[in-house]
Amino acid sequence: MKHEVTERAGTTVVAFAGDVDLQNSPQARKVLLEAVAGEHPVLVDLSGVDYIDSSGVASLVEALQTARKRDLGFALVAVSESALRVFQLAHLDKVFTIHGTLDDAFADNR
Amino acid sequence: MGAAVEYPAPAKVVEVSDLVAHFGSRLILKGVSLDVREGEIMVIMGGSGSGKSTLLRHILGLERRTSGTIRLLGEDTSTLNARQMSDLRKKIGVAFQGGALFSSMSVGDNIMLPLHEHTDLDPTTMEIMARLKLEVVDLAGFENLMPAELSGGMTKRAAFARAIIMDPRILFCDEPSAGLDPVVASALDDLILRLRGALGMTIVVVTHEVESACKIADRMTLLDNGEVLFTGTVDEVRAHPSERIQNLLNRRAETDTIDPDEYLRRLTGEDVDGGRV
Repeated sequence: MKHEVTERAGTTVVAFAGDVDLQNSPQARKVLLEAVAGEHPVLVDLSGVDYIDSSGVASLVEALQTARKRDLGFALVAVSESALRVFQLAHLDKVFTIHGTLDDAFADNR
Repeated sequence: MGAAVEYPAPAKVVEVSDLVAHFGSRLILKGVSLDVREGEIMVIMGGSGSGKSTLLRHILGLERRTSGTIRLLGEDTSTLNARQMSDLRKKIGVAFQGGALFSSMSVGDNIMLPLHEHTDLDPTTMEIMARLKLEVVDLAGFENLMPAELSGGMTKRAAFARAIIMDPRILFCDEPSAGLDPVVASALDDLILRLRGALGMTIVVVTHEVESACKIADRMTLLDNGEVLFTGTVDEVRAHPSERIQNLLNRRAETDTIDPDEYLRRLTGEDVDGGRV
């Protein structure tokens, strides 16, 4: 798994690539919690993620809850079809805001 | 006209070849072979004493076989050392018949057990994962209950939650419907179908429940008296001309297949050579 954190128009964009699984989800969790500890809303770009397991999803849930407590925006971008099925199974599609692309996310928040 | 496109067959994630197993001197499995393809629901069906539970225990590496090979996710389980077997087991989930929950631990702690055993995840991550799985099996909010406070159907669901906590590639279910009323049993069948649909998991179900088997199976292996009678789709099984297979589907006992000599030896506790077992 690789990750990249950038700033765009006052928003922190965390992009992951590869597999987010038991081996590397602790690293993903650390990156996400650092992002939501900042002052900007957070977009998590999953367009490069081939597979995300339950531990990765749990890290996203924890980051979302932390962001909410801090009154920060937090949304997901480009969730793959297979990951979306996992989200739907646990009814997480009702909890997360999910955008198709980064541009959509910025357009929606404009 | 162009040539027909040929798609590769799904990988075989379970391969059992000519498995022979004894319990004491008694022959339980008489050369069983079966394959499970990635992403399918395979139901191993048979009546009491057919050998289906023994077969499952062998596939899971819980019993020592007499002969034959078992490959799980491509690995010949007889060649693996303890650490390799442990690594393989991380990719496999098992929902045992009685639930096999530890009575002294809460439902949530039971579900997190495999995570404590196999990972170093943060406790918060583990707790969220457990709650997510409870949500999936429709037991949201039950993590602090003790197993004794659960009904039979809820216990089975909790066992499913624990079995899928590590996102296994193969989920084995031992008699998921046994002892449940038809409505609860049917809901568990729906859960199995949902898990496969959403997670793409390969699922192997061992059952004697014909109705459940026909509802969930992509393919069925019919086991009788330690032998595979037939493997095929539900439609193929239903249409099969064999009286033995139809009897199994319709739960008619075949008293005429009893070997009187073997039966007498069994009753008197003598093995095939005339000695005591």
